[in-house]
Amino acid sequence: MRVYLDNGATTRTAPEVLEAMKPFFLEEYGNPSSIHTFGQVAREAVENARSVISKSINADPKEIVFTSGGTESDNIAIQGVARALPGKHIITSSIEHPAVLETCKALEHKGYKVTYLKVNRFGLMDLGELENAITKDTILVTIVFANNEIGTIQQIREIGVICHKHNVYFHTDAVQALGKVPIDVKSMNIDLLSASAHKLHGPKGVGLLYVRKEVKLEPIVYGGGHERGIRSGTINTAGIVGFARAVELSEQPNNMVKLRDKLITELIKIPETFLNGHPTQRLPNNVNVSFKHIEGEGILLHLDARGIAVSTGSACSSLTLQPSHVLLAIGLRPEDAHGSIRITLSRYTTEEEIDYFLDSIAPIVKRLREMSPFKGE
Amino acid sequence: MGLYSDEVMAHFTHPKHMGKLKEFDAVGKVGNPVCGDVMYIYIKVKDNKIADIGFETMGCAAAIATSSMVTELALGKTLEEAKKITRDDVAKSLNGLPPVKMHCSNLAAEGLRNAIEIYEKKVKG
Repeated sequence: MRVYLDNGATTRTAPEVLEAMKPFFLEEYGNPSSIHTFGQVAREAVENARSVISKSINADPKEIVFTSGGTESDNIAIQGVARALPGKHIITSSIEHPAVLETCKALEHKGYKVTYLKVNRFGLMDLGELENAITKDTILVTIVFANNEIGTIQQIREIGVICHKHNVYFHTDAVQALGKVPIDVKSMNIDLLSASAHKLHGPKGVGLLYVRKEVKLEPIVYGGGHERGIRSGTINTAGIVGFARAVELSEQPNNMVKLRDKLITELIKIPETFLNGHPTQRLPNNVNVSFKHIEGEGILLHLDARGIAVSTGSACSSLTLQPSHVLLAIGLRPEDAHGSIRITLSRYTTEEEIDYFLDSIAPIVKRLREMSPFKGE
Repeated sequence: MGLYSDEVMAHFTHPKHMGKLKEFDAVGKVGNPVCGDVMYIYIKVKDNKIADIGFETMGCAAAIATSSMVTELALGKTLEEAKKITRDDVAKSLNGLPPVKMHCSNLAAEGLRNAIEIYEKKVKG
């Protein structure tokens, strides 16, 4: 049995998405910037896709800029605002994706001041602390919509209100949220929003940045002036068409919440096991648990031998040899961060697969604990 | 395919001499839970030779495989021979380790040496 439970990393491309994309490789391959019919057919497909996607987040089509993915979108948002505005202060959180954290760090090296807001043990930041951190020099608040590791969903609407009140741009990385959590950029006071197609059964290599009309942004890549001049480069017609189809499909009903809650209920029955993240305010497809006294890579490889794919916050799985910065930020001891695994579902996940996973995990944890010097201490 | 050699995976999935010895003369402890790798190497000594050996390890696949391999290499050796086992010997016997694992997870040889030194101090003292 092959069971894919790492949908936070990437997802299977939906067959309907692939079908929607195919004509734009084989027949309608024109450049959307060309004025001949080949080009205009492609242009129309891109604009239809833009319209579908913009509706799903209550934006205007003109406010959607297509990119190569979440990382590029985050970079354009943060660097683009920094280039456009005179202020030198940015506020973010300690649990951001590296695409945001590393961009902020790069700006720090260039003389910007960056505030990294702390989070509580559930991964939520304090709205009062956010408001206190805003100064006259603040140009941008960038906060992840839903965390990729622990699944905690931030109080986006409230953060938007605070930013709006102080006239500071609000960017959110919604790469994990789009297609899983309702997003309304207008009512949530969001100025900039990043998303990526491959997290919701779309193709890899396509993303978007929502840029509210009034937002001032300088490009970080120069060229032919595509996408309102914000993101030059030939438009990825097939990918964008696939992205829109993926967004449409994500509105279908699914049983992720039910399966997620079954997983949580059963996993925390294993002794010395605890849930990371918020018990309810979390992504419908995310479970993150720590098993004390053992290490995540070993769990991952034993599961892999049984055909099951998950991920871990252990240092041993990272090139930096540091345990997950997110798990440390919510107050986990490093040794408990090492013993964490993340299980991320998709709308294709079945109850049979969850049962197979649950049957597999308990004996693996038991066996690794028998091997560990810390059992029973 | 995969991060690890077949030999590492074989020792990871079927480790040799796993567990604390019922009777032992010394235990070597290396590693740090903060780093995610901790190894305890237990030895029983008879006629100046490693007569029995066992390990307990918390750590990644490389940590478990190197622990298992060091017990294989040391069993039956004289204390002098066993002390000469290096982390490179362990890695070679496992047909190599990923470079990133050479330092953090390949502590088993130090654990063994630590156990032997504790034993020798105990006998002399």
